[in-house]
Amino acid sequence: MDNSEKLFSSFAEALGIDASSVSDGLEYQSIPEWDSISHMILISQLEEDFEVSIDTDDVIDMSSVAKAKEILSKYNIVF
Amino acid sequence: MLLLNKTALITGASKGIGEAIAELYAEHGANLVLISRDMGRLTSLKNKIEHKNAVQVSIYRADVSNYEEIKSVFKQISSDKLSVNIIVNNAGVMLDGTLMMMKPEAIKQNIDVNTLGTINVAQASIKLLIKNRGGAIINMTSIIGTNGSSGQSVYSASKSAIIGFTKSLSKELSALNIRVNAIAPGFIATNMTEHIPAQQAIASIGLARVGQPLDVANVALFLASDLSSYVTGQVIGVDGGMII
Repeated sequence: MDNSEKLFSSFAEALGIDASSVSDGLEYQSIPEWDSISHMILISQLEEDFEVSIDTDDVIDMSSVAKAKEILSKYNIVF
Repeated sequence: MLLLNKTALITGASKGIGEAIAELYAEHGANLVLISRDMGRLTSLKNKIEHKNAVQVSIYRADVSNYEEIKSVFKQISSDKLSVNIIVNNAGVMLDGTLMMMKPEAIKQNIDVNTLGTINVAQASIKLLIKNRGGAIINMTSIIGTNGSSGQSVYSASKSAIIGFTKSLSKELSALNIRVNAIAPGFIATNMTEHIPAQQAIASIGLARVGQPLDVANVALFLASDLSSYVTGQVIGVDGGMII
C-alpha cells in the first residue's frame, strides 16, 4: 500500500465511509460524514497512521484530501 | 483501584491540590504525566510516587500559559508514545486585589494561567484522548468563580470562564466519548490560601473546617473514574458548604 492508498484508507476509517468514496477532490463538510466532530477523529487517525504530530494551524487548514496530502508532505510524508 | 491501566496528565502537579491528585491517582493504579514549571519538586514527587506505587511517572516542564511550550510538551508526549486517558487542568495562580489596585501584569497573569492555560492544555490533549476512543477532562474552577468575592474580581473572572468553557467543551466532545467536568474548590489549605486567616474563613464554612487537598483529590478521582461515566458538563463544589 503506497501513501496515497494509506491516506484514502485513513480517511475512510475516520469518516466511516467506503474507501472508494475518497478522492483528492473530497472536501471538508462536502459530505455529512466529514463534519467538525469527525474532523477531530480524522486528525487523530492521520497522526496515528503516519506517525506525525499535526500542528493546530494545519488541523484548521486541512480542507480537502488534496490539502491533506500537501500538509502531510510538510511532515516528510511522500506521495 | 479505580484507575488501573489509565494514564492521567496533571498540570500544576508539583504541590497542593495537583500533588494530592497525583498521589491519589497513583494509589488507584494510574500512570502519571506530570507538568509543572518546577522540575525540582516534580522530580521529588516522581521518586516518591514511584517508590510507593507500581506506576510509571513521566515529568515535563512547561508553563501552561505559554502556547508554544504546551505544544512542544504534547509533541514530546506523543513521541514518547504515552497514551493519555485523563487530563486534569489544575495549574493556577491567585493574584488578588481590588480592581483599582490591580496592576495590568497581575490581571494578565490571572487570565493567562487560569483561563488560557486551561484552554491551551485542553486543546492540545483532545487528539490524545481521541486515540483512546474517549477520556475525561477535569478543569479546576473555584468557589470564587461560581460566587464571586470582594477583592478577587479578576481571579473570579479567570475562574468563571472555566465554567463556560467546561460546559461548552463537554457538549463539543460528548460525541467522542470525552467527558468534561469542573471542580470548584472552596477554602483549601494550600500555599495559595496560606495568606488568608483560616479562623476567619471557618466561620463561613458549614462543615466548620478548612478543606484539605485530598478532599478535592477525592472528587477528581470520581470524575476521572468510570464511577462518573454518565457525568459530563458539571461543576462540582468541594467547599464544605462555604457561604460567600
